[in-house]
Amino acid sequence: MYEIIEKQVLSENVKLMKVKAPLMAKKAQAGQFIILRIDEKGERIPLTIADYDRKKGTITIIFMEVGKTTKQLGTMKKGDMILNFAGPLGTPSEVENFGNAVMIGGGVGIAPLYPIVRALKQAGNHVISILGVRNKDLLILEKEIDEFSDKLYIATDDGSKGHKGFVSDVLQKLIDDGEKIDIVWAIGPIIMMKVVANLTKKYDIKTIVSLNPIMVDGTGMCGGCRVSVGGETKFACVDGPEFDGHLVDYDNLMLRNRRFICEEEKACKLAGE
Amino acid sequence: MAVKKTKHEMPEQKPKDRIKNFNEVPYGYDEKTAIEEAKRCLQCKNRPCVDGCPVEIDIPDFIKQIAEGNIDKAVEVLKSKTSLPAVCGRVCPYENQCEGECTLLKIGEPVAIGRLERFLADYERDKGMKIPKKTRPTGKKVAIVGSGPAGLTCAGDLAKMGHKVTVFEALHAPGGVLMYGIPEFRLPKAIVNAEVDYIKQLGVDVKYDVVVGKTITVEELLEEYDAAFIGTGAGLPRWLGIPGENLDGVYSANEFLTRVNMMKAYQFPEYDTPVKIGKIVATFGAGNVAMDCARTSLRLGAEKSYIIYRRSEKEMPARNEEIHHAEEEGVIFKLLTNPVKFTGDEKGILKEVECLKMELGEPDESGRRRPIPIEGSNFKIKIDTALVAIGQSPNPLIPATVKGLKIGKWGNIETDEEGRTNIPGIFAGGDIATGAATVILAMGAGKKAARAIDQYLK
Repeated sequence: MYEIIEKQVLSENVKLMKVKAPLMAKKAQAGQFIILRIDEKGERIPLTIADYDRKKGTITIIFMEVGKTTKQLGTMKKGDMILNFAGPLGTPSEVENFGNAVMIGGGVGIAPLYPIVRALKQAGNHVISILGVRNKDLLILEKEIDEFSDKLYIATDDGSKGHKGFVSDVLQKLIDDGEKIDIVWAIGPIIMMKVVANLTKKYDIKTIVSLNPIMVDGTGMCGGCRVSVGGETKFACVDGPEFDGHLVDYDNLMLRNRRFICEEEKACKLAGE
Repeated sequence: MAVKKTKHEMPEQKPKDRIKNFNEVPYGYDEKTAIEEAKRCLQCKNRPCVDGCPVEIDIPDFIKQIAEGNIDKAVEVLKSKTSLPAVCGRVCPYENQCEGECTLLKIGEPVAIGRLERFLADYERDKGMKIPKKTRPTGKKVAIVGSGPAGLTCAGDLAKMGHKVTVFEALHAPGGVLMYGIPEFRLPKAIVNAEVDYIKQLGVDVKYDVVVGKTITVEELLEEYDAAFIGTGAGLPRWLGIPGENLDGVYSANEFLTRVNMMKAYQFPEYDTPVKIGKIVATFGAGNVAMDCARTSLRLGAEKSYIIYRRSEKEMPARNEEIHHAEEEGVIFKLLTNPVKFTGDEKGILKEVECLKMELGEPDESGRRRPIPIEGSNFKIKIDTALVAIGQSPNPLIPATVKGLKIGKWGNIETDEEGRTNIPGIFAGGDIATGAATVILAMGAGKKAARAIDQYLK
């Protein structure tokens, strides 16, 4: 059992929880994820690690309430227990001094971006962050990411903050303005990662994306999370979740993430009754 | 009195009823039948059946006790060598092991050793399991990685020797393949839990959610423990490697069975994990796992469940009993048939599989006749779901994270006969060392390794 020792509501559907898991906190690194199961009848869902505190022995998760499990998790309070919490899983981000790094986060994808931003800054990179959300009320971790960024840009769909439009517009402008970019990280909705990767491919800028396919065990056993990368089948849980953004078959990933959409709706409807 | 030439029948659910539920298929012997069956045993002096048993159970001795009506004594004899009799009494390939060596085969069917083992285990569980007296603690600590059949056996034996044992399990439930792989109707999960409880009562501690290699490394475990046993199994699914394998509707056998068995997707939406299979399911492969997939599909409501296999009936690796049960339940066998391509609709949902007819040529390195495609024999089968059950490879997580550990050419951990790896203090056994094999061989490996570890700790 793993205790929720802190809970914050970051925006309407986005919540932050600090969970006591000392063994995992000791090992967690940027780019990795955990798998949790709320109770005896629960499903196993992967959530990327948004932060960790080795001294306090906590892992921070930030999640959007989209399905039955995340909605149920959102109703849990400080002091409540999560039945299972396993990790850190996946391969950590490759952190080194690349030079000039552009860090792009979309929606709740901003959460896993944060520890990578921090790690890259601490590794000596010049860090430019671009955060994209639908409207300013959905923006999370702005202050935290700003702290480790040399420059921070915001893009909102409705123009309620920063640039009106997409993160890719901001990236395009940086490129047009002659910014020399050594590496790009893009974490967010699949379509956002696809658009960013298509853009950077034109300019031959190395781009890392973090994928969040459907998983069951998270240890390389079931292959439910398989993605096609450069024509090869990879397991996001052990080979990823980060991959070369120029090689990922995003369309197949979108298709595979819709596999249980009807069942998810049914479960949500039943849970709501 | 002449010996009855055939085994006493074990009653089981009728096929038309059982394909509508996940309850266990056979009901098991009652006491009277068990005693009658035990009386068939000739009590051979040379005990060929014991030689056939990977965990060295004193088979004629427990059978003798049953025949004399001393059921409790029989249980004691059985459990002195195995901690998982209810599991073995269900999933062991007895026909190739103990029963395959039985002298009665010369005149008819062997003694139903498997059914008798199962009877004893179920008898004891119903009555309440007796915990053997604790051995004096040795003060030594052993870490077991993985709670499948190899790890549990090793843990149980080491605890009986007086060592302090902790099992580290990556998932949230114990049992490994017994829990995620083998279906409820073949091995009820309550039985696995009961056998694990027995091992816990021997003093073994089981920790869940610890992914050794990620949460903690084997080297770190060895700072706290005097030895470690790795039994992480063959968890890596193999793929057909044909176009369309990533379409919506294609599962590895592991994903499908894990969803249904461990996550209880057959009880969705009461349980949160879903599975969907549509009307027509094709399982590729013809081993026990493939039979489990095909039979599970029927229970989930599939109208047609195919086994598609590139060789012929003779080469099917599944146990006869599994094939027989699958046939009875209406699984359709498409043999000498090899898939070449999956196709989906415009949304990427699986619609059909294209196959080739095969014929058998000369024997290959496995000793089985090599299947050769018949050119131009392509044909299509409409399917909603494809389950790929063509085998598993050793789980790479540990081999990849222990520095200096000697790894074999299939990604397996190399060990000697007793489970010693090239690193002193690190032992391994079961599928992680041998590649995918059977529950009983993994248990045998766990047993041998326990002895080697005990020796190492002295």
